Amino acid sequence: MNRTPSSTEQSPIPSVFTRRRFLSLSALTTAALVTGCGGGTTVGGSEEGVGGFEGTYDGPAVTLDYWNGFTGGDGPAMDALVKRFNADQKNITVKQNTIEWGDFYTRLPAAAGAGQGPDVGAMHLDQIATQAATKIIVPVDDVASALGLTEDDFAASVWQPGIYQDKRYGIPLDVHCLAMYYNKDHFEKAGIDSPPTDAASLEEACQKLQQAGGVEFPFWMPNQWPAHLMFLSLLWQFGGEPYGGDGTEATFGSEEGVKALTWMKEQVDKGFSPANVDIDAQYTAFKNGQNSITWDGIWQINDLEESGMNWGIAPLPTIGEQLASWANSHNFFLTSQAAQDTNSANAAKVFIGWMSQQSAAWSDAGMIPALNEARESPEYENSPQAALGEQVDNLHFLPAVPGLGTVQAETLELAVNAAILGQKPVEEALSEAQSNATELMQKNAEKFGG
Amino acid sequence: MATVTPVKPPEKAVPPPVSANPMRDHPLTAWLFLAPYLVLFGGFVLLPIGLGLWMSLHSWDPRLPAKPFIGLENYADLIDPGSVSFDPFWNSMQATGIFTLFSVPLLIVVPLAVAVVMNERFPGRNLFRAVYFAPYVLGVAVVGVVWRFLLDANIGLVNHYLGVIGLSGNIPWLSSLPEAWVALVGVTVWWTLGFNAVIFLAGLQDIPREQYEAAELDGASTWQSFRNVTLPNLRPVTAFVLMITIIASANMFGQSFIMTNGAPGTETRTAIFEIANTGLREFAMGEAAAASWILTVLLIIASLGVFWFFREKEEGGRS
Repeated sequence: MNRTPSSTEQSPIPSVFTRRRFLSLSALTTAALVTGCGGGTTVGGSEEGVGGFEGTYDGPAVTLDYWNGFTGGDGPAMDALVKRFNADQKNITVKQNTIEWGDFYTRLPAAAGAGQGPDVGAMHLDQIATQAATKIIVPVDDVASALGLTEDDFAASVWQPGIYQDKRYGIPLDVHCLAMYYNKDHFEKAGIDSPPTDAASLEEACQKLQQAGGVEFPFWMPNQWPAHLMFLSLLWQFGGEPYGGDGTEATFGSEEGVKALTWMKEQVDKGFSPANVDIDAQYTAFKNGQNSITWDGIWQINDLEESGMNWGIAPLPTIGEQLASWANSHNFFLTSQAAQDTNSANAAKVFIGWMSQQSAAWSDAGMIPALNEARESPEYENSPQAALGEQVDNLHFLPAVPGLGTVQAETLELAVNAAILGQKPVEEALSEAQSNATELMQKNAEKFGG
Repeated sequence: MATVTPVKPPEKAVPPPVSANPMRDHPLTAWLFLAPYLVLFGGFVLLPIGLGLWMSLHSWDPRLPAKPFIGLENYADLIDPGSVSFDPFWNSMQATGIFTLFSVPLLIVVPLAVAVVMNERFPGRNLFRAVYFAPYVLGVAVVGVVWRFLLDANIGLVNHYLGVIGLSGNIPWLSSLPEAWVALVGVTVWWTLGFNAVIFLAGLQDIPREQYEAAELDGASTWQSFRNVTLPNLRPVTAFVLMITIIASANMFGQSFIMTNGAPGTETRTAIFEIANTGLREFAMGEAAAASWILTVLLIIASLGVFWFFREKEEGGRS
């Protein structure tokens, strides 16, 4: 199942062996970081990055370890880019290592601690703060300034969450959000001309699909992945914010949150969705033609193209008051390991700079280029995801708060699950989760030193 | 007549060959033979146990250089109802308790019945033995994924066939209680009963045939000979099977991780699931280590209980 991007995904927990290895490695983490700071080749200390990068590299030949998690339909597109980079460069060779995102965030700290980690990599925007706070990655402000990149060059609101404690740690490659997929054959049979755009037209479409289309349950409401992403999108549509207080307070239990989750639950109560949708069933059923509409990430585009079904893609309908969708972004990062050596660090920065300019070609991966100019390229304009149009200007990213992903998994995601399954009333589930989340966030703030 | 050939006493105590070789007496010899095991035991059992105890006294995040000593705070948090760690941990302990309570009796009775049948002589016996044992060779990931697909409430085969034969075709096996426990216990019994059955079968084959013949001569029915010959002879085997089954059930993780992912809410999230989550996803390894210790102590108490129970009965039976 291709439910790739986002670190907030339930990560498969590694085997006992890995855990033990992990424990012994943790002792090494401290040592490695300490030596890193005192290293002779370091300019400005590994925690601060190397600095002074001018945009080119002409030192001795280096080989860079490059890690990412593009295991799905986005893998071949990344392979092609790496091949092109290696062909372009005289003295930099990039060795790619692709690990499932679920394992990526467990393996990265362990490997980095043991000095076996990558020099450079791509990770999710919502992980940047966590990895920066734990000093696995270092600032890349000089890459942005050498390339002349500013906030205005990028899709709305993707730039700020890459900043942690006034320093930039990530250079965005793409943005990815939720979309509404629909079964064109079902729509035609039910006499629906265009995809629904708001709550009323969605409800009307569901009724038509049930009556004329003969689909018993047209819109299955998941209670696990990606239910929390749907909830966040709706919360933002109603004008709410999930977190506040500079990362020390959860606010998703607000009135807007209650409206969002209530609407999701209503799809079950109105009979548009079965009551108990198991993990991934809504997407499998969509591909089987057992339902007609499903909300999922745009990373499913390549999978749907391969499935051979007659599908369409449209922006999420505006259920609340404004257009909005949850979004995440793949960002390039530099590790503190690479920062110990000026040559590796500068070579890695050349790679990051080169890659960030390939946004347009990255459309093949089913993603939306982060660079504004790349979204005017034919590669993007001819891609299925271009149908999202204005939604791309209304994306919302989680704030840069260390440890937020795991807090969310233990609170918000559980509340969404319990409420949609009817285990708890919407308000009760959200307010309980909200107060737990606030407590965990305050603990984290203390642990990571704000 | 009565010529009994006297057995010649040995004229001189022949030194046992063991002592002939001075190397065998060397104090290091035994240790050298034990070394390969001791290295593994020390490295993978003793060291982690010690390290776990040490970690449980710290706020231990492997990613952070500072791992401050906090004494018993991790333990205090886990037993303080006002703490944010309390509910998740004790809910998961409760889930483990429920699972153990329902899976252990089934994993004793069903394998015993299977073993008794497999101990009879009938055509195709070896095939049946293999069939019952077969699921055990599968890994938990395979078992979990296959059953997750089979038991899916809306697109699973099990509900499909229940519908075909006219029963309710929309049972939420994986996302509702008590159905999820039925599914998890059922799958676990299907998966592991073969192992327990093999141990029972070995135990059955050790029971002297004469005892059954004696029982038959006394006119005992099949049930009476099962009750009075089979069961008492199986007592040590049963104690062993019970103990390992309790421990295995209390360590259940993979099935609920893959099949239900803890749903609904965190109701089917077991203790090991919660501990792994705390330690490896939230990186709160100190708290996870403390939780492991609490679980371990409770398991030791349960094991001692089983020992005591079986010893008591044995003495009572013979006095």
